[in-house]
Amino acid sequence: MSRRTLAVVSGGLRQPSSTRLLADRLAAATLRDLEARGVGADVRVVELRDHAHDLTNHLLAGFPSPALADTIDGVVGADGLVAVSPIFSASYSGLFKSFFDVIDADALDGMPVLLGATGGTERHSLALEHAMRPLFAYLRAMTVPTAVYAATSDWGSEGADGDGGGAATGLTRRIERAAAELAELVAARPPREAADPFAVPTPFEQLLADGELN
Amino acid sequence: MQFGIFTVGDVTTDPTTGRTPTEHERIKATVEIAKKADEVGLDVFATGEHHNPPFIASAPTTTLAYIGAQTKRIILSTATTLITTTDPVLIAENYAKLQHLTDGRVDLMMGRGNTGPVYPWFGKDIREGIALAVENYALLHRLWREDVVDWKGRFRTPLQGFTSTPRPLDGVPPFVWHGSIRSPEIAEQAAYYGDGFFHNNIFWPMSHTQQMVNLYRRRFEHYGHGPADTAIVGLGGQVFMRKNSQDAVREFRPYFDVAPVYGHGPSLEEFTEQTPLTVGSPQQVIDRYATMRDHVGHYQRQLFLMDHAGLPLNTVLEQIEILGTEVVPVLRTEMAAGRPAHVPDAPTHESLVAAAGGKRDATVTAVDDVTGRVAEETADETTAAESLR
Repeated sequence: MSRRTLAVVSGGLRQPSSTRLLADRLAAATLRDLEARGVGADVRVVELRDHAHDLTNHLLAGFPSPALADTIDGVVGADGLVAVSPIFSASYSGLFKSFFDVIDADALDGMPVLLGATGGTERHSLALEHAMRPLFAYLRAMTVPTAVYAATSDWGSEGADGDGGGAATGLTRRIERAAAELAELVAARPPREAADPFAVPTPFEQLLADGELN
Repeated sequence: MQFGIFTVGDVTTDPTTGRTPTEHERIKATVEIAKKADEVGLDVFATGEHHNPPFIASAPTTTLAYIGAQTKRIILSTATTLITTTDPVLIAENYAKLQHLTDGRVDLMMGRGNTGPVYPWFGKDIREGIALAVENYALLHRLWREDVVDWKGRFRTPLQGFTSTPRPLDGVPPFVWHGSIRSPEIAEQAAYYGDGFFHNNIFWPMSHTQQMVNLYRRRFEHYGHGPADTAIVGLGGQVFMRKNSQDAVREFRPYFDVAPVYGHGPSLEEFTEQTPLTVGSPQQVIDRYATMRDHVGHYQRQLFLMDHAGLPLNTVLEQIEILGTEVVPVLRTEMAAGRPAHVPDAPTHESLVAAAGGKRDATVTAVDDVTGRVAEETADETTAAESLR
């Protein structure tokens, strides 16, 4: 069985957090789907709350603490990413954005990403499409078509209980559809190799020649 | 091993008094600081280059020439010279002139600059940063080594039969360092030319510095300049010292907490753990910096940032005194211990002249090699011909 790593970034602020709950559901469904495809996966969960101070320090000082550096390496080196944020004031949270602000702009190039969000009412669900998806488009990540929004009411509705028996629009069905899309992308791609810019630098003759060609 | 100080020339309010020095005071203070560094036996004074407030670091060769006239021994350098936005022809002229005026006490560190708007202010595009550094330096390198240069590139107007004047002192260009914090391309550039590589690690963890220096060393060897451990490496540093370490922490913390660049971010304790900043007794500084070579190998130049964040001039002068009299003499001994004989010192004008086989007057008189006529005659004839039309 080949193996992949799945990173889960949760931007929830409370503990326990419904954002983390959604992230865990999405990750678990993705793992099940991968397993059905004969692909094992290790999951690395990042609670951004734990790194809130380090993120601010990185924004101000320009370098990450060792713990944050390790976390960033884990996320950008994964084969797939589940990214979930609460929706605050019509968009993802500032903490969620801070994390994606401090990683290199090309670090998520081609990364399969499943987007999720939580909020008080379903009226905010399109924030996934008008705010969160463009962020990942900028990062040139490959977002899967289905993004999953969970409003508070979803946690009590039919179809949210994990038995898959709810209506087509129920939370469980949305989770399973999105997870299947992510699993398909992750399984279809070879394991991601971390790019090491220090291993093979662009030879200087090439740097000189690039100038002449332009 | 060379030890010295580098300054960014920031005009910053002293947070303990609320007083902001004037530009004039800060410019004059910079001269005092450099003179003090010379007096206490430090080897290098380097100034940054900025073209915006709150900095007084524009016109670096003016500052360095003035300091050069009032010092005897100290090497005058830059940290950094903006190779991206400064015309390489002007760099060639200004620093060759500085070489002559100071009898060779000059080297330079090339950098791309970290102030975005500087690029458009000088008609350049920040997205071309690496390409500008590569092309501009390629031209500068030739201007100092070839008396007559024909040149065409992307970023400045072409040159035909151009001679940069004055020619480098004794026919030997100033030694060049390339400074970069994050770009492997610049480490590659330094390695290609066999120039020095300076990693200003003062805001970075040692693990990152190690990666950059290792890359440079490996590629230095690849390009045939000698074994990797003979490559010329420099590091940044940042210290604040008092006899008792608690006093140092107490006195420096108010400056640290609101300092430009890292203020309001990591705590002093986090920052000292994660970067080379050392706040404590002179012995603590010695202990910390004696371990730098464990990370990057035996290196050639250690510069300290001493005069930023609004620290008053008197405090800075005291700090340089402690550095020069208590710390550096011990570090010199420690760094010499176990240093293999084949690891070179940083090149100086004298060592470069010796390597070139001795002094050579490089003066170019304006005689045309082909016709044997001097430029003035040609110009006179042209004028005469035009007046006949």
